Amino acid sequence: MRGNAEAHEMVAPGSLAAVLKLLADAPGEWTPIAGGTELMVAHAAGRLAPQKLVSLWGIPELRFIKTGTESISIGAGATFRDLRARADIAAELPLLAKAAGWIGSIANQSRATVGGNLVNGSPAADSSPALLAYDAEIELISTRGSRRISYSSFHTGYKRNVLAPDELLFAVHMPLRFARHRKYLRKVGTRRAMAISKVAMAATALVEDGVIGEIRVAAASLAAFPARLCQVESALLGQPIDARTMEIARRALLAEVKPIDDIRSTAEYRKRVAANLLEEFLNELRAEAPAK
Amino acid sequence: MSNCGSSIRFTINGRQCVVQTPPMKRLLDVLREDLHLTGTKEGCGEGECGSCSVRMNGELVNSCLVPVLQAEGATIQTVEGLAVDGRLHPLQQAFLHRGGAQCGICTPGMLMAGAQLLSINPHPTMGEIREGLAGNLCRCTGFMRIFESVMAAAAQDYAPSTARAADAR
Repeated sequence: MRGNAEAHEMVAPGSLAAVLKLLADAPGEWTPIAGGTELMVAHAAGRLAPQKLVSLWGIPELRFIKTGTESISIGAGATFRDLRARADIAAELPLLAKAAGWIGSIANQSRATVGGNLVNGSPAADSSPALLAYDAEIELISTRGSRRISYSSFHTGYKRNVLAPDELLFAVHMPLRFARHRKYLRKVGTRRAMAISKVAMAATALVEDGVIGEIRVAAASLAAFPARLCQVESALLGQPIDARTMEIARRALLAEVKPIDDIRSTAEYRKRVAANLLEEFLNELRAEAPAK
Repeated sequence: MSNCGSSIRFTINGRQCVVQTPPMKRLLDVLREDLHLTGTKEGCGEGECGSCSVRMNGELVNSCLVPVLQAEGATIQTVEGLAVDGRLHPLQQAFLHRGGAQCGICTPGMLMAGAQLLSINPHPTMGEIREGLAGNLCRCTGFMRIFESVMAAAAQDYAPSTARAADAR
């Protein structure tokens, strides 16, 4: 059934302070909408439940990208086109730049925002694995103040997160300490554009003296929300990259991930592909830094 | 608060206009129903097919996913704004002569995606054309003539491909 525009109230206060006040005055009553690439699809299908929407589109305080010496801060209202237009994102955060190009089409990237991608919390969110592999922090804001948490603790369940009813996602802070790390990012979908992932994986690792000194492996479409694969990371940390380690890591992955069968793929296929992606990354690591 | 009484202003194809509409009405519906600009087509209605592509503030957007309140103050170009004083845009000439259009439903969106691409990249490679138009689906042409039409528009070389084939022989 087609959605009815008249069934929804929508306001555009135009400033961050005004949006936060609206949320604080009636916590949980207003649903923020940024570029609408998720909520307008639900609206078209007649399944947009929230009646009251507050627009975040065009609020300058939310749409920024600031480069510092130790981090790059990305406002929640920055679009994926904004990310792709920045040479510093491409140079310093290549996994994120690549993931930005995965989002739908050019028309979707013009509207879809970083904050929307995270708050929507799809298990298949394209930007999430890269953010997890880079150990991103996120900043939440309300009239009560702001707080920073690790992005890895943001999602708490399928489309659930730690945002309080009066809070907005304000920014994502990307640390710039991964220059020496080996990086990996791959999405497996039905086609190269406009495809929601069957599996996506991102990883960063530092190999020193032939052993893995630091590692982050994150995936989308393998659980109820995008997440780091902690058991895989534990299996690899401190280990030389040899056939035995790779086999242990593969088993850890198969035990850890909990994909589902859905219209895009099957649990079995997703598990096997995820294991193969991990192996591909570890082979790249091994080629670059052979075990002693 | 009324849900159906907002006055929303924007500039469309160089003309300023004001519409009285519910703020959640899709830009696509405002274009077609309120402004009678029916060149913009609805395909999937969920941002997958690109038939409803228009340019808003210099960016390509799917008008089916834009609540009209978010178009307040925007500068919008639709397919009706491509031709100037009755002279077809190079993309329109190329689509016409190179077989880039068949049934026509995807064509306005293809033209707008092509116009967006050429505005930022006047001489795209075939790979860049494929990326620029990746969000626009066509069920007739098999895409090749569309991509070739964009290439031809960039070169302003509108000779039909059959004539070129004859030349080659």
